[in-house]
Amino acid sequence: MSNPLTRRRFLLGTATITSALFFAGCGGGGATDTAPAAQKLSQAEIDTAMNTDTTLTFWTWVPDIQKEVDLFEKKYPKIKVKVVNVGQGAPHYQKLRAAIQAGQGAPDVTQVEFQHIPSFTLGGDLLDISPYGAADVKSQYPDWVWSQVVKGEAVYAVPQDVGPTGLLYRDDLLKAAGIEVPTTWEEFATASEKYRAANPKSYLSNFAPNEAGQFLSYVWQTGARPFSFDGQQTVKIDLASDQAKQVATYWGDLIAKDAASVDPDFTDSWYQGLSNGKYASWPTAAWGPVFLQGTAKKTSGKWRATDMPQWDPAKPAAGNWGGSTDAVLKSSKNPIAAAQLALFINTDHESALKLATEQFLFPASNDILNDPKFAEQAAPFYGGQKVNAKFTEISKTVTPDFQWVPFMDYVYSSFNETLGKSIADKSDLVAGLQSWQDQVAKYAKDQGFTVS
Amino acid sequence: MATLTTTPPSQSSTTAYKRKPLTIAKKRQYRAAYLFVLPFFVLFLGTIIVPLGYAGYISFFRKQLVGGVSFAGLDNYTRALTDTDFLTSVARMGLFLVVQVPVMLALSLFFALALDSGMTRLSKFIRLGIFVPYAVPSVVAALMWGYLYGRDFGPFAQFAELLNLPAPPFLTDQFMLFSIVNIVNWEFIGYNMIIIYAALRSIPTELFEAARVDGATEKRIAWSIKIPAVRPALILTVIFSVIGTFQLFNEPNLLRSIAPTVIDNSYTPNLYAYSLAFINQDANYAAAIAFLLGILIMALSYAVQLWNQRKENQS
Repeated sequence: MSNPLTRRRFLLGTATITSALFFAGCGGGGATDTAPAAQKLSQAEIDTAMNTDTTLTFWTWVPDIQKEVDLFEKKYPKIKVKVVNVGQGAPHYQKLRAAIQAGQGAPDVTQVEFQHIPSFTLGGDLLDISPYGAADVKSQYPDWVWSQVVKGEAVYAVPQDVGPTGLLYRDDLLKAAGIEVPTTWEEFATASEKYRAANPKSYLSNFAPNEAGQFLSYVWQTGARPFSFDGQQTVKIDLASDQAKQVATYWGDLIAKDAASVDPDFTDSWYQGLSNGKYASWPTAAWGPVFLQGTAKKTSGKWRATDMPQWDPAKPAAGNWGGSTDAVLKSSKNPIAAAQLALFINTDHESALKLATEQFLFPASNDILNDPKFAEQAAPFYGGQKVNAKFTEISKTVTPDFQWVPFMDYVYSSFNETLGKSIADKSDLVAGLQSWQDQVAKYAKDQGFTVS
Repeated sequence: MATLTTTPPSQSSTTAYKRKPLTIAKKRQYRAAYLFVLPFFVLFLGTIIVPLGYAGYISFFRKQLVGGVSFAGLDNYTRALTDTDFLTSVARMGLFLVVQVPVMLALSLFFALALDSGMTRLSKFIRLGIFVPYAVPSVVAALMWGYLYGRDFGPFAQFAELLNLPAPPFLTDQFMLFSIVNIVNWEFIGYNMIIIYAALRSIPTELFEAARVDGATEKRIAWSIKIPAVRPALILTVIFSVIGTFQLFNEPNLLRSIAPTVIDNSYTPNLYAYSLAFINQDANYAAAIAFLLGILIMALSYAVQLWNQRKENQS
């Protein structure tokens, strides 16, 4: 007798849980997507909240961010902020997703990189902070930056730092090889071959087979837009566009001629390559100069920064690689204070300037980009060049409206198995690009997305 | 003799005793015993049984980023059995097992016999030396070997360069599996050696003395007495190795950072389950993979034991 009963109860239980989860999923998604723009909070409401004893949790990997948090706590003595570092990149997002799914333990404010914002708005996990004052800071940011954190009227995060792409190169090595600094990709290709011919142990540049973000920044520069997401269930995946194929063919040629190396980046041997002169240049992003300074100390004074080589010198353009934001989770019990924290850290002049000049995050806001204390800094590592000013200039040429899909984890990891593999094997890069496209599109369909 | 006649009924007396109500002292003893095993059972339940049950439960569902959760029945399992990524990873571990385990155990046995024969001087030092790698966390071991294998700055590569030879291709598609075999061997030879060595020490020395009197050489003693005597220990190490092989994770996961395109997400079954859960956000399918892997490991371990029993029965 007991057997059928338990079985039935089991099935019933399963059904209930399943539908509960199902509806929960729907409810979350629906609410964010269809709700009209929320009413703006009055200053009085904000003031009340900021004068109430509150404890916020802030998950971030930014080193020494306590400095900026201290400024916030000084301004709002009633608010206490617990800064927690749960890891950078993948471990951070894994823990964040786990906490969100568990329904407890998630922070109020969290660090999120631009490309991962959609994966959290998909489930309705991020709070639209436009009513909390975020809409007012729009004018502080370049359009291309702001377009990364909004969906329609909703604002899902406050930009913190960005990574417009430029080229760092070894002035001494290029001069020794008699090479002018290349300004177009065509010149860069000629220079790569010439440099390689003169230096059998060194390359002008490296094309990392594990760096989807870098490849996408090259694609970004061409003006191609491989992704889009309507916020609900339709995604565009166009990784094998003509422009992307152009990028793949270009590097494929260099690799085939052995004029570019194919070492994985951010590994010990790559770090050594940077400091030993194995690579005479590093196409990177605005966070690159400070990173390189810490990695290749003994080459101090030998590096310079310049624009990324151009496809069309008449229309200078740059891509973006990396950068992150602070977002407020919808589950936060103190959304007003949480939103103020995210805003304060990144838009209060003193705090944002500190981030730029002490933690060396490349600032997202015009306010700091134009501050002489930031822009006029001369970098001895770069022979006294004003590197910040250079990248500020580059930042203005980043083309706007680059979008992401809500599963960039998978897109990046799939890169290593498809296009990355053909880079490492020095085989047909265009074929690798196509299989990347196919794999990602298949994943999207399996996950229930409509792929256009 | 009188005592003997009184003792045989002991068996029936214990059964009779069981039927009797427990004395207070016995009850206390039982209670104490339960109390002592309780912490184990709480942990066992909380960290093994409950998660296992939960994983089993979610493996029957399917969760999509859009559309949410739906009941999937055995879909995840049928999908796994036709998933070339999964099957390839299992086959790769099968190859790993066939190549690595015999080499490792043969070396472990050899070192154990060498130490046991007392022929080597400095035997304590050597024993420790061979065992130390096991004490090195596998994460550290993989990082260390990753450096040694390095194509640009690794010592092997630099040595090759001195001789004007190309750098050894440790981290390429063709050799990666063997590079991992080497790391695992390095880590576990000492561990298995200690198990076998302990078994060797427990063989009564009278056997060797008798054999020597009969004129057996040391080799003959090793082959005909020692190895058969440590058979149970060897079987144990085989089972440990089978389990360890199919659960291979740390080494490939760490080497992946220096050879990201060689070690893909499905290089080993465990790595595949991990990637599915945390990159593909498909914990349900990952749970099914984990269950299948568990079943496979149990089946193989059981097969090893069965094979051993048959052999024993034959002899």
